[in-house]
Amino acid sequence: MATTVELDHRKRPPADSGLPLEPEMHPLVQRPHTLVSVGEALGDIVFKPHPRGWWLGFLAGFALLQMLLVAIAWLFYMGVGIWGINVPVAWGFAIVNFVWWIGIGHAGTLISAILLLLHQKWRTSINRFSEAMTIFAVMCAGMFPLLHMGRPWFFYWLYPFPNVAGVYPQFRSPLTWDVFAVTTYFTVSLVFWYIGLIPDLASLRDSAPKRIQRIIYGILALGWRGSAIHWRRYEKVYLLLAGLSTPLVLSVHTVVSFDFAVSIVPLWHATIFPPFFVAGAIFSGFAMVVALAIPIRRWYHLEDFITDHHLDLCGKVMLATGMLVCYGYFSEVWMAWYGHSLYEWGTTIERLFGPYGWSYWCLIFCNLVVPQLLWSRRVRRSDFWLMLVSIFVLIGMWFERYVIVITLSREYIPAAWGRYAPTIWDYATMFGSLGLFLTLFFLFVRYLPMISMAEMRELLPKNQGGGGGHSITENAP
Amino acid sequence: MNATEPTTAADRNGGKLYGLLAEFETSEQMVHAVRAAKEKGYRLMDCYSPYPVGEAADALDFPKSEMGTVMFLGGLTGAISGFLMQYWANAYGYSLNVGSRPYFSWPSFVPVTFEMMVLTAALTGLFGLIAICGLPCYYHPLFHSEKFARATKDRFFLCIEASDPRFDPVATREFLNSLQPLSVEEVPE
Repeated sequence: MATTVELDHRKRPPADSGLPLEPEMHPLVQRPHTLVSVGEALGDIVFKPHPRGWWLGFLAGFALLQMLLVAIAWLFYMGVGIWGINVPVAWGFAIVNFVWWIGIGHAGTLISAILLLLHQKWRTSINRFSEAMTIFAVMCAGMFPLLHMGRPWFFYWLYPFPNVAGVYPQFRSPLTWDVFAVTTYFTVSLVFWYIGLIPDLASLRDSAPKRIQRIIYGILALGWRGSAIHWRRYEKVYLLLAGLSTPLVLSVHTVVSFDFAVSIVPLWHATIFPPFFVAGAIFSGFAMVVALAIPIRRWYHLEDFITDHHLDLCGKVMLATGMLVCYGYFSEVWMAWYGHSLYEWGTTIERLFGPYGWSYWCLIFCNLVVPQLLWSRRVRRSDFWLMLVSIFVLIGMWFERYVIVITLSREYIPAAWGRYAPTIWDYATMFGSLGLFLTLFFLFVRYLPMISMAEMRELLPKNQGGGGGHSITENAP
Repeated sequence: MNATEPTTAADRNGGKLYGLLAEFETSEQMVHAVRAAKEKGYRLMDCYSPYPVGEAADALDFPKSEMGTVMFLGGLTGAISGFLMQYWANAYGYSLNVGSRPYFSWPSFVPVTFEMMVLTAALTGLFGLIAICGLPCYYHPLFHSEKFARATKDRFFLCIEASDPRFDPVATREFLNSLQPLSVEEVPE
């Protein structure tokens, strides 16, 4: 297998021959775009009035955001007692939503970093808005543990800082690792996103029609001139950030899974948790990418850049990661049965057929049954069906975390068993966080180029003025 | 960010020049030009393009970026200080006996050490890139040129700076004109 790949690689014409690097069956950019038309199609979006779809999405998100603000204000006044959390299920919706959101963020990093290292050029059409999605999803995720603390204004106690009491965090705890993992993840995602934005901000600065736009984009662009020396440094940093983000994204969801796996709760204390969580994160994240890409490309007429082929590939990634996740479901049940542990098996029976069994079958339907549609090429290339599958996956992955957290309701001693029911404030915070996400995302679409212009220009074939591919992995010494 | 009124080299700074700016339509022409200029003996020059052109950086004798070293040192500092911070905090600053585990239980310090390494490497990358490139740089002589705005869009530029020992306003202009540029322009200091 390895030799074939190498031979293919050698057969490729040299980058400067003017020939396309690979005979593309599916061109990544439709129609003969030029350097100028790329800017007009992608950059000028932020200078033009916005389509009705934008207002629809933004106002829906903004309305939900108000609900979040009300829910948080009431929470600060009353305390976490307004939520449905109780003693066996002390984490409740807060951790379900935390894990769900942070998982969604992971697809953005996968697209921007891992696919870059793997020379997947199709990532260029979707990496910018996926990175934005990551940042906003991590913001939504980070909110939940902070609100769940009860006294969120003391959030800085999570970090080691010199204090009079001489108290420091306990670094043997996965919860402390989580603080560092999520903080690092948010910061690095922001750095990666901003560095990617600098050349595009300079491009907007130079083409903005209004003075105020030139000033604001100009300040953000830091005076970028596109110097060859600067580009070389830039590419090096970008490549190294991709190399750092790749283990980072795996480590973040691994640490998130340690929050569960390091405990001794039956079905949580499992070695499969880290890979299982990472696969699930990418599964739901790609579903969110697709659910955002389909409406956005329709509203902004970006079919030239986000082609059916791109969505087809996203569908394939969803199918593959979905099957990995389903292997995890199988493995959990198998290990419980084969392990002959009374508690493991008893908890499994409760999970499948207990009072919350319905949520397990919901998850099986959404994550195992519905994604099988993705085997069909016609489904992967249909806006409607792909959107439908993605929404099912997003719901299914939420239920997966719900099923895991609700395990706490029945574990070892029946005397300690309990029930859990979310309150209206749980729902208000959950759907409100979706509002925060949508508001931020639509503001991003409004003010920043949602597809990287510089990378798209570089991707154009040489005879259309482009660089004929990406030099970043080949040419960033 | 361009000057709003057209300026000529002569009416600014007593005619002091920053350099001569040649505009090209394709990246190949720019690369050809910078190689020719290098052969002529010019050293203080730079290319400007809307997307990275590696051959140009090679021709400018910048084959390898220093950013790798910078980020490596940043990451190393973060990893070491992150590890020592945990060691100090849990062994001396606030020593906690958790299930009789040793105070210096280094395997549980690995995740945070790794996160600190990534965090500091990324931040050094960002601030190092900005600092080493001399950014933010909101005033630059090149921004006087109206045409230069297209360097972030669809044009490729070569600027030979006036501080180059071989620079001569007339000879350099003739040389640049021989490379079939779209235009050659004087950039005032």
